[in-house]
Amino acid sequence: MSSLEQMYQQVIMDHAREAHGRGLKDLDLIQVGESHQVNTTCGDEIRLRVGLDGDTVASVTWEGQGCSISQASVSVLHELVEGESLEESERTMEAFRDLMQAKGEGLDEDREDLLGDATAFVGVGKYPARIKCAMLGWAAFKDALIQARKDQ
Amino acid sequence: MLLPDLREDFPLLNRTVRNGKPLVYLDSGATAQKPRVVLDAERDFYEQHNAAVQRGAHLLAEEATELFEGARTDVASFVGAGPDEIVWAENATAALNLVASGIGNASAGIGGEDSAQFRIGPGDEICVTQTEHHANLVPWQALATRTGATLRWIPVDSEGRIILDDLDSLVNDRTRVLAFTHASNVTGIISPVTALVARAKAVGALTVLDGCQSVPHLPVDVKALDIDFMAMSAHKMLGPTGIGALYGRKDLLDALPPSIFGGGAVKIVSMEETSWLEAPMRFEAGSQPVAQAVGMGAAARYLSALGMDRVEEHEREIAAIMRAGVAEIPGVRLLGPVGDADARDVIGVAAVVVDGVHPHDVGQVLDDAGVAVRVGHHCNQPLHRHFGVTGSTRASAHVYTTAEDAHAFVEALAGVPAFFGVNR
Repeated sequence: MSSLEQMYQQVIMDHAREAHGRGLKDLDLIQVGESHQVNTTCGDEIRLRVGLDGDTVASVTWEGQGCSISQASVSVLHELVEGESLEESERTMEAFRDLMQAKGEGLDEDREDLLGDATAFVGVGKYPARIKCAMLGWAAFKDALIQARKDQ
Repeated sequence: MLLPDLREDFPLLNRTVRNGKPLVYLDSGATAQKPRVVLDAERDFYEQHNAAVQRGAHLLAEEATELFEGARTDVASFVGAGPDEIVWAENATAALNLVASGIGNASAGIGGEDSAQFRIGPGDEICVTQTEHHANLVPWQALATRTGATLRWIPVDSEGRIILDDLDSLVNDRTRVLAFTHASNVTGIISPVTALVARAKAVGALTVLDGCQSVPHLPVDVKALDIDFMAMSAHKMLGPTGIGALYGRKDLLDALPPSIFGGGAVKIVSMEETSWLEAPMRFEAGSQPVAQAVGMGAAARYLSALGMDRVEEHEREIAAIMRAGVAEIPGVRLLGPVGDADARDVIGVAAVVVDGVHPHDVGQVLDDAGVAVRVGHHCNQPLHRHFGVTGSTRASAHVYTTAEDAHAFVEALAGVPAFFGVNR
């Protein structure tokens, strides 16, 4: 598999074509946070909304547009963290960040288990310019969580 | 076409890139590769002549000053200006800001009566176009905010051409500055400079030309164009980074207040006030990028020796190959004029949109074939928005670009829709 094929794995292409979690959901939860992130190099944008139900990440929806890597990444993010506890979602975020910094080498089994489909993004780590694309939705999620926790 | 052995002048072009493929460098619109004479000029300056310029009584200081000012003369003659009409700036953006900030400072009273001709305020207008690089838009937005003047812009048509129909109302008696690009960094379209300058002159507005995409690619003579100011980038014209230049008509430069204040630019300083030197010195406070200036001078000499007429012709031929090839690929749209009739008004640029594929993804597939292009909005968001897209994939040529490079771009681009499974 070439580096290019390793980056654009089928699972990524599928998520990019049919992204999950698209469309901001109106939430009647008490703690809701939102974040707008822009990739300044290409103008791609994402607006992501998080709703907390106690310690559970109850809802993660988003809108925006971008390259296949950023779209697939936020789609996978939605699949992974929606329904997780806050603590679990922190661990997932950390694992994804580590994967991006692994220069295409992958992670240990425990953390890859945590990431599921998201391990397909391993190839992105070989292309420093694209890490930003893959992180766009995750940066929005991290920020939206902070906003949600402020929202009492 | 220029001689193929010209490529030997550019050491970097010999390297390989991903998967050991030869480099097809088509990102010269962002930054150009450097010929050995430019690299040598900088190295020689540091190895043989390095000293503080315009001060010091020793031999090295004299040599360094001579090289520094010699470079200014070389850059000046490259664009038909006088040597004291060229101001060094750290880049073209800084050169444009130098004019905008100078006008802002004059409007705040700096420079007193000597600078009064530049004062603008509420009721006055600054005019730009819809095709500007952010560097020739944002400083004018800031100047408008700072002075209370109104910013207006000349629109472009569906191909990105500046529409002249309403020029007389957009550039009117209230217009004090008309700032526009010489050639678009997205569509490659060369602006109708003659018509724009004539209208500005008729209403007494200053003209500011962004020469970043023209000076490296076609013959430019500031006197023939009859413009007041022009910004130039060294690194896009085969020169070093960290240096650019502003051309300004001498009488204007001598009256415009500086925007960087300090030593080296002043005549007499008391505790209360300061008088400035004449141009260009008044704009060159603080230590200057001397070796870079020497490198820019070498780049100007290199291009002059090639002959800018030949450079222009060469890049047109490259553009024709890229544009014709792109037109053949289903699902790929060229931003800017399509077809042969307009080929004379376009520099060697092809910005494309692949239906259903994001520019970043397009660029990645090209990169895998060794083809280096620019992806994104190219610091020109308003024009992309006008075309209904957030970004594009841009191939841009220079003197060293070959017909093979242009074909490699087209071939790699043609494979993109299939790779992403669109247009089946």
